[in-house]
Amino acid sequence: MFAVLLPGIGSAVAVTVYVILLLAVESQAAIAGLLVAGVIAVLAAARFGGMARIGRSFAERENAMNLVIILAVLAVTGFFYEDHFILLLMATVIIYVIACLGLNLQFGYAGVLNFAGAAFFGVGCYTAAVLTKNTAMPHLLILVAGGVMAAVIGSLLILPVLRTRSHYSAVVTIAFALLFKIFLEVNDTLGGPQGLPVDGMNVLGWEFNDDIEIGEDFEIAFYVNYIVVGLIVLALAFTFVRRLERSWVGLNLDALRLDETAAACFGLNITRWKITAFTLGNFLTGVAGALYAMMLGFIAPTNFTFGDSLILVSIILLGGIGNPWGLVVATTILIILPEKLQVIQEYRFLLFGAMVILILLFRPEGLLPRPLRTYLPGWRPK
Amino acid sequence: MTGAADGLLVSRDLSKRFGGLIAMDSLDMAVRPQEILGLIGPNGSGKTTFFNVVTGIYPTSGGVVEFDGKDITNFSPQAVYRAGIARTFQRSRLSLSLSVFDNVMVGNHMRLDQGLWFNLVARKDFKRQFEENFERARDLVKVFDPPLGNRMFEAVGTFPMIDRRRIEICRALISRPKLLLLDEPSAGMTHDETKALMDDILEIKGRLEDLTIIIIEHEMGVIERITDTCVVLNFGQKICEGPYREVAEDRLVQEAYLGIQ
Ligand SMILES: Nc1ncnc2c1ncn2[C@@H]1O[C@H](COP(=O)(O)OP(=O)(O)OP(=O)(O)O)[C@@H](O)[C@H]1O
Ligand SMILES: [Mg+2]
Repeated sequence: MFAVLLPGIGSAVAVTVYVILLLAVESQAAIAGLLVAGVIAVLAAARFGGMARIGRSFAERENAMNLVIILAVLAVTGFFYEDHFILLLMATVIIYVIACLGLNLQFGYAGVLNFAGAAFFGVGCYTAAVLTKNTAMPHLLILVAGGVMAAVIGSLLILPVLRTRSHYSAVVTIAFALLFKIFLEVNDTLGGPQGLPVDGMNVLGWEFNDDIEIGEDFEIAFYVNYIVVGLIVLALAFTFVRRLERSWVGLNLDALRLDETAAACFGLNITRWKITAFTLGNFLTGVAGALYAMMLGFIAPTNFTFGDSLILVSIILLGGIGNPWGLVVATTILIILPEKLQVIQEYRFLLFGAMVILILLFRPEGLLPRPLRTYLPGWRPK
Repeated sequence: MTGAADGLLVSRDLSKRFGGLIAMDSLDMAVRPQEILGLIGPNGSGKTTFFNVVTGIYPTSGGVVEFDGKDITNFSPQAVYRAGIARTFQRSRLSLSLSVFDNVMVGNHMRLDQGLWFNLVARKDFKRQFEENFERARDLVKVFDPPLGNRMFEAVGTFPMIDRRRIEICRALISRPKLLLLDEPSAGMTHDETKALMDDILEIKGRLEDLTIIIIEHEMGVIERITDTCVVLNFGQKICEGPYREVAEDRLVQEAYLGIQ
């Protein structure tokens, strides 16, 4: 029973220690060395069947492994409890994973390419800005409102998006991403190019944007609040996406992505399921945006460029199309790497582009390819 | 038209043009309930086009299709499926990256609960429906090939052509259609494999007595063995119909085939 968990727990501990090291080290040479060591370790593990065993831990003891990962994130958080910069990075990763889960639902399952991910994220952000400043809506509800707004605005694009056959839909989302930023810049009520302030989250009187003081001289950076809430929202979103994948709905989305004509011949309403995927995906992205805005306290159009949308798409391609765990790995790499390795900060788009091309050439299914669907984890035919 | 009135599937004056090309020309056809009808003819004679028009993939250029006493002309593919017609494709159209079970379940769409609440929240109910349908899918697959029933959660892409054909037929049969359209099920298979597959089809037909089948096939041995009656097309027109032995004697039919070869 426990033996099957060992590779999973072992790898989680190793990765936790590794991430702590990577985040703690400042010298660029040491970081480069760590990265090389990390790549070698992963390749070696793959070579000697370690990856397969880790995969089995995740497949067979899913709930236990989910818990292990959450504990690992909390352990890293605890280690850096007063380091604002690192905790902000971690919270950003968590929030980006939520947004990417939305895109994954659209592209990974339904095959609808959305190059306006950052724009729908931005809709969530601006919704939070407007609602926190102008209404007394409870902040947890504002997260939902951010998602609903993104879904509603997304419905403007539904008609063109349904015509995916000609790559027309990808172009439409690109146009939307560009227009969205211009719209924000010229719209004075939304702050124009300067952007808008956003209230920090406040749940039942608990101010999320105040550092947490315990006793005389023990202080925890306020970002920990957002990491905890982010983890909760992420766990919900993750469960949602997983259940969706493991249901007839997930099957419908795969079927229509792979062959619309065949799917139609077996009764699938293509339009209905594409709209469902597009709307639910935008909802998740919008929720992530609302949380992000409250954490930053200030948002401006420059946060939502077409480049940011491209980063979201790169995460999906890199991680493994359709695999939620792949998103976690890819987001961590794409967000943390440029922050730690300053050399690549300037060239990060070049680097992301190169990474995506390499992946598409040599490992088109991504770092963590999506496994076959298991409808009920642990279920075996009688 | 003899017997057209009491056919399960009846086409009247059915035509399909692609630009200047007349792929199907005023086709009158009637398929009697519970028979196996062979649709034959040289390459490009309009056989697949007939299936595509009946199943709503192409709109008709004229004429009527009736199924089970109901006009289904220009129905959407979805509506045709719900009316009780399921098909396979000449070039196998399975989803190779999905499992055998997934592929078969696509064909079962109308019998599965599609609500978001049912699928995402009521997981106990979902589990029950999943298990029932797993049993049904496995039993069906086992009629074709018992070992296949133990490999329901393997990707279809890992199976040889004969198994893929079987899976595709299972996908069409799982929703218990009244009419099954088979478009060259033996394409790309050896003689022995073809024979095995035809045994399977006859076995299924024996179990599901109400099932009616139209099969497009180039191999005349197959046609002779399994069909009750045949319709021969040439250049989109029906040139002959009747039991295989009569049709094979027909001068027009012999010319059509010889003219091609
Ligand atoms: N989508 C299409 N657009 C244009 N022409 C088409 C289309 N589909 C079929 N045709 C043409 O219609 C004619 C009949 O084609 P069809 O596929 O029905 O033939 P078939 O009898 O099934 O032949 P085969 O035995 O080769 O499968 C052919 O000339 C074909 O080129
Ligand atoms: Mg054909």
